Amino acid sequence: MAILLLAEHDGVALSEQTARATSAAQKIGGDIHVLVAGGGVSGIAGAAAKLAGVAKVLMADDPSLKNQLSEPLAVLMISLAGNYDTIIAPATATAKSVMPRVAALLDVAQVSEIIEVVSSDTFKRPIYAGNAIQTVQTRDAKRVLTVRAASFPAAEFTNSAPVEIVAAPADPGLSTFVSAALATNIGRPDLTAAKIVVSGGRALGSAEKFKDVILPVAEKLGAAVGASRAAVDSGYAPNDWQVGQTGKIVAPDLYIACGISGAIQHLAGMKDSKIIVAINKDPDAPIFQVADYGLVADLFEVLPEFADALP
Amino acid sequence: MLAIFATSSKSCAKGIERVMKILVPVKRVVDANVKIRVKPDHSGVDLANVKMTMNPFDEISVEEAIRFKEAGKAKEVVVVSIGPGKSEETLRSALAMGADRAILIETEEQLEPLAVAKILKGIASTEKPDLIIVGKQAIDDDCNQTGQMLSALLGWAQATFASKIEVEADRAKITREVDGGLQTVELRLPAVVTSDLRLNEPRYASLPSIMKAKKKPIEKKTSAEFGIDISPRLTILKTEEPESRKAGVRVQSTVELLDKLKSEARVI
Ligand SMILES: Cc1cc2nc3c(=O)[nH]c(=O)nc-3n(C[C@H](O)[C@H](O)[C@H](O)COP(=O)(O)OP(=O)(O)OC[C@H]3O[C@@H](n4cnc5c(N)ncnc54)[C@H](O)[C@@H]3O)c2cc1C
Ligand SMILES: Nc1ncnc2c1ncn2[C@@H]1O[C@H](COP(=O)(O)O)[C@@H](O)[C@H]1O
Repeated sequence: MAILLLAEHDGVALSEQTARATSAAQKIGGDIHVLVAGGGVSGIAGAAAKLAGVAKVLMADDPSLKNQLSEPLAVLMISLAGNYDTIIAPATATAKSVMPRVAALLDVAQVSEIIEVVSSDTFKRPIYAGNAIQTVQTRDAKRVLTVRAASFPAAEFTNSAPVEIVAAPADPGLSTFVSAALATNIGRPDLTAAKIVVSGGRALGSAEKFKDVILPVAEKLGAAVGASRAAVDSGYAPNDWQVGQTGKIVAPDLYIACGISGAIQHLAGMKDSKIIVAINKDPDAPIFQVADYGLVADLFEVLPEFADALP
Repeated sequence: MLAIFATSSKSCAKGIERVMKILVPVKRVVDANVKIRVKPDHSGVDLANVKMTMNPFDEISVEEAIRFKEAGKAKEVVVVSIGPGKSEETLRSALAMGADRAILIETEEQLEPLAVAKILKGIASTEKPDLIIVGKQAIDDDCNQTGQMLSALLGWAQATFASKIEVEADRAKITREVDGGLQTVELRLPAVVTSDLRLNEPRYASLPSIMKAKKKPIEKKTSAEFGIDISPRLTILKTEEPESRKAGVRVQSTVELLDKLKSEARVI
């Protein structure tokens, strides 16, 4: 049977995580239908139609879906679910919120954050902050899955699948959107899609220093900026920069950890990066145990030098 | 504050104070600082003699509920745990923080989030809370499902990843941590909210409150009393260690680091 894939987007553009979830769906096998739900999303549906391996795009374009609140989105997905035996989405804030709702309404289990497709009903997923990997088989008639995007390559945009319009069921009216304060990381790549990530920890000491020391390096490298929980909690960096077990999971080609000790919960979010660099004053910091290149030094000396030396 | 609510929600019953009953599920999990080991036969994680605590997100939920009570916005905070008999310790910690009473559903089985959500729905139907604050995720299974499933089963509103909860009359205004930053939504009560790390900083229970907690009631039930199917839907075929990373080399200077990244790793 077919696969329903919930597209991730911010109302403006299709997220790269959708392309990564598409390649996970390809491994499962079956016709892939991508659901683009939102308000004013025809451009996004057009982008999704280009994803390799997609048979068609279902577009639910309705003001009630504009903010992708879980309750109306779940009702929409349930209205479509009958035609599918697999419902899948990248593990983003939107999907993490709606997918369990869909699973419960279908009375099936959800397998969260799969990192490997073993077969159409068997998946690998991390538990205990990535300190163990479980292989699980689902026994339910329908499978509800979220995908850890960093673990799958992005499908290419080489297709031209048809776009079909689907109706949005009535909004259950349980919740309403009030406002959003979204970061404007203009000119900087998305954290989960970036090839290079420069992250700062508690050592930065203030939002100003974070900006003065981390951002120039990130800018010169065309990198995204990440942060430890301690840096976010202390107000040095916004919450959407947090990398880790309870933040974002990244696996760039290069991850530069600056003044981050390397707690299990932080490692959970970045230890699958190809090359890890650690800059830390403490030679015994646990981050060095996973670093390909470690530099025991004061980051306030190293990073300006680093930025200056880059073209 | 009230003015903001009155303009943003037409149906908001102005001025009527709602004194809530809050239900908080708490799970007993391996302490966040423990580095767990996988059993050599790949049958699971070795939990013998490992330090156990309340799931950190659940501590945050309990703290939030107690703050509502202290502010006169909640009349009762009920905590519930589903798990082995030892979960009584977890419930005692919640009572010591300030919860009023506890319910323990004893089971030796590792229940999946769907089964937990079904039991919690059963409890919600008798307790009739106005708000259920669930942890965003349990740090053992890292599922991040239970609250959303519970909300779906109850047909209630949900807001995940809360970093701020404000309640006025029959509405809750929740600030959520989402991928791009923050989003604020308004929920009709009763509702399910899941707590994120920055919602608050949980208190340490004082010695007198720990003593007092010993006298607070813990009601015991069994999962059979709920008459629901809690059999597992997933078969765990194998539990393995992740591929381990080896520590690489130490470089002595910024110049050497740059050189390695350019000519050896070829990543910049
Ligand atoms: C349930 C739970 C979930 C969590 N989720 C996450 C998560 O998703 N992400 C996350 O990051 N954390 C998470 N944490 C927190 C985690 O346990 C650590 O507390 C946190 O990662 C520490 O951040 P840090 O490394 O910046 O700070 P610290 O541990 O304080 O480390 C600071 C480091 O900076 C070094 N340093 C100081 N000054 C300098 C200098 N001038 N130059 C160079 N180095 C310097 C120090 O040697 C030290 O190693 C979670 C914790 C819990 C309990
Ligand atoms: N066995 C349990 N007993 C009580 N609460 C639970 C249990 N399992 C999960 N929960 C609640 O659900 C949250 C999320 O768990 P999970 O969906 O497993 O990540 C936890 O933080 C708890 O609040």
